[in-house]
Amino acid sequence: MTIDGLAARLRGFLKPEQVLTDRQQLRTYECDGLTHYRVVPAVVVLPRTAQECADTVRACAEAGVPFVARGSGTGLSGGALPHADGALIVTSQLRAIREVAPQDERAVVEPGVINLQVSRAAAPHGYYYAPDPSSQQICSIGGNVAENSGGAHCLKYGFTTNHVTGVEIVTPDGDLVRLGGRAPDTPGYDLLGAFVGSEGTLGIATEVTVRLVRLPETVRTLLAAFPGTDQAGAATSAIIAAGVVPAAVEMMDALAIEAAEAAVHCGYPGGAGAVLIVELDGPRAEVEAQFAAVEAFCREHGAFEIRIAADDAERALFWKGRKSAFAAVGRISPDYIVQDGVIPRTALPRVLTRIAELAHEHGVRVANVFHAGDGNLHPLVLFDETVPGQAERAEAVSGAILDICVEHGGSITGEHGVGVDKAKHLPSMYSAADLDTMQLVRCAFDPRGLSNPGKIFPTPRLCGEVPGRHKGTHPLHQPGIAEVF
Amino acid sequence: MTAEIAGTPAATVATPGSTEEVAEVVRDAAGGGLALVVRGAGTRQDWALPPQRLDLILETSRLCGLVEHAAGNLVAVVRAGTPLRQVQEALRPAGQQLALDEPLPGATIGGTVAVNASGPRRMLYGTVRDLLIGVTVVRADGVVAKAGGKVVKNVAGYDLGKLVAGSYGTLGVVTECAFRLHPLPAARRFVSVRLDGPDDAARALSAVLGAQVVPSALEIDTDPLTVTALVEGVPAGVAQRAADLEKLLGAGATSTEAPPDGWGSYPWGPGDVGIKLTSALSRVPYLLTAAGVTAQLHDVALHIRGSAGTGVLYAGLPGDTDPGSVVGVVSDLRAATRAGAGHCVVLTAPAAIRSRVDVWGHVDGLDLMRRVKEQFDPLGILAPGRFVGGI
Repeated sequence: MTIDGLAARLRGFLKPEQVLTDRQQLRTYECDGLTHYRVVPAVVVLPRTAQECADTVRACAEAGVPFVARGSGTGLSGGALPHADGALIVTSQLRAIREVAPQDERAVVEPGVINLQVSRAAAPHGYYYAPDPSSQQICSIGGNVAENSGGAHCLKYGFTTNHVTGVEIVTPDGDLVRLGGRAPDTPGYDLLGAFVGSEGTLGIATEVTVRLVRLPETVRTLLAAFPGTDQAGAATSAIIAAGVVPAAVEMMDALAIEAAEAAVHCGYPGGAGAVLIVELDGPRAEVEAQFAAVEAFCREHGAFEIRIAADDAERALFWKGRKSAFAAVGRISPDYIVQDGVIPRTALPRVLTRIAELAHEHGVRVANVFHAGDGNLHPLVLFDETVPGQAERAEAVSGAILDICVEHGGSITGEHGVGVDKAKHLPSMYSAADLDTMQLVRCAFDPRGLSNPGKIFPTPRLCGEVPGRHKGTHPLHQPGIAEVF
Repeated sequence: MTAEIAGTPAATVATPGSTEEVAEVVRDAAGGGLALVVRGAGTRQDWALPPQRLDLILETSRLCGLVEHAAGNLVAVVRAGTPLRQVQEALRPAGQQLALDEPLPGATIGGTVAVNASGPRRMLYGTVRDLLIGVTVVRADGVVAKAGGKVVKNVAGYDLGKLVAGSYGTLGVVTECAFRLHPLPAARRFVSVRLDGPDDAARALSAVLGAQVVPSALEIDTDPLTVTALVEGVPAGVAQRAADLEKLLGAGATSTEAPPDGWGSYPWGPGDVGIKLTSALSRVPYLLTAAGVTAQLHDVALHIRGSAGTGVLYAGLPGDTDPGSVVGVVSDLRAATRAGAGHCVVLTAPAAIRSRVDVWGHVDGLDLMRRVKEQFDPLGILAPGRFVGGI
């Protein structure tokens, strides 16, 4: 079926304003947060109910048209990059918080609901939604589920996957299926666990049940200034080695601090080669005892100034510098690449040295922002596109940083996802057999590869037989099929 | 150990000593269409359904020991046949732990992952699915595959660890697991209170959940009716939180350093009926009341214990309970869990009872699960028939 045919069919059950085919309107959706990849979709669909979403997917499946789901479009790996010959299914009309159930420590929300709105809705009851990606003021829960989003506080509280207990999804066939639920430990395979973080390649979430966490009694935050990243890293190691599990440990290097000062005037201590933000939360007596220890570790490892947030306003100021860091580098560089890699935390000094050497060799600057507690690096590679060759050199440095992460036993992405941007890097982490095995799951959900094709996996797997053909019986004794394609 | 699984005999027992040897064994089995079941310490081979076919038992006893303990990164890589207790002993000198309880002593890492076993401290630390950050699996065709890695924060590729956790050995043979570790707390305190009835229990649970003590566990036991909360942390913090708990739980609450009797173990013994009940948190008191009613109605000794703070309870019945009564009790419990958006699974039961009850009950998404199984094990050689929907 042609796109025109599909659009006509969609208009049969959707209102005209829910099916966009006008080129100018389509261009609004040509990229997500990773703006250097741009593809104009063939059709944009804005379902208002789960059923409309399912009917849309079914229509795509029957027409053999690929589809891509998009929430707020804040992703940084091109996970919601449209398909030129496909449908872009946008969840922005699915914005209802269906239920806040503090007595069950759950909330039930539609996928287009903004992350921070869940916490706001839960706050009057004394609860919040823990995963807090930096984009939490605009990113959607559906997108968080697709990307398994993290955030500054996942060191203690975990990622989206640890905070979603159930989803209703549209399968790539167009069926509505529930995975998990309000109670824990649903019997059967943990398909929910496989779905969260699958970057839209296994279907589209139409309802999400999340865990709500009790708002902590006490939050204490300090900002410590160090001569350099080595000392700040050593302080972090000492804190972790002492058995403290902070809610967050964030580090910025001199260049990142410079950018943040230029952008938001956060007033960090002058002359710092690195700052550390350490936050503890929990029962008052517990936090007070550990906070004193954290302060001592920072001094012991060379902190020349320590500020302790006196109130929420001061805490917000500490965080303002950190949370604005990505955008802030725009003040000191015309162009930049945001990288996302993970290393074992203890490798931090070696890896930072390597990154600095690499930047020097290629004549670009790298500002470093990390979730230091869990070894998640966000190097910001600065360049000027108008200088011939700089963009290519920046790209080379950015890619080499991922190789360094893998060499040190880490990962090519801690929270931004693989998407379209890092598919080519995935084989540096996993063997062909590993990737083949992951794609068995894809074949079970989406044998025709229509759901967000071209993302995550550099080479799609041919799924062979249509699943379900052997239902109930196993062709055990059929000769010659021990090898499965 | 014997060459049988839950009463089904096997012709062969293999004891491979490495992932490569496991791959060889599985390749041979696949080539010959042989059905195989993996066995660790054998503490839960009576769980779920017996295999429909069985030719080969693959024992993990030689897949033993820690591969790596990166203490500074709070990560350990462990071979599947390693007893959980041995892992804890190896981690203790570094002041660290794998934050999984051990409801059945002797259980191995592989078995714990296969059934997604958990205990009281799941309330704070989560379960296998939350702590498993990397996995090495031998597929049903003998291909070795890894997913995840050795860093906690990692979203590269599909999270196959989630899929194998709780899959009862039906998707692949797990040979190595990488886990996120936690520091051993410097202090801990158990605060318990004896109660008169379900209403009192409901009040006690809600008081603790609404407070700011952040318990690592909140348990209920019906014999005798007791609610116990565990707090862990620094000594000063734990002392204050235990004192808070004593106030919350009211007159008669006592605080101890040692766990109360039965802590973290299942409320049944060998040969008994063991049932897992889950429910939305707010429906736990209802579930307890409903369980009391059905026990009276069928005149059976139903003992419940479990994580009231997360909605995961376990129920035990003596193995010599009349099978008809067990069928009735399971049916009532299933209705009660359904009303709380949860499930009732008969984990273990004598053969005469197991053959008369629907062990797994209704499962959503079964069609997708069958499709996953068909992709991973198209010949159906891995623990055939043990899992939900005859998988």
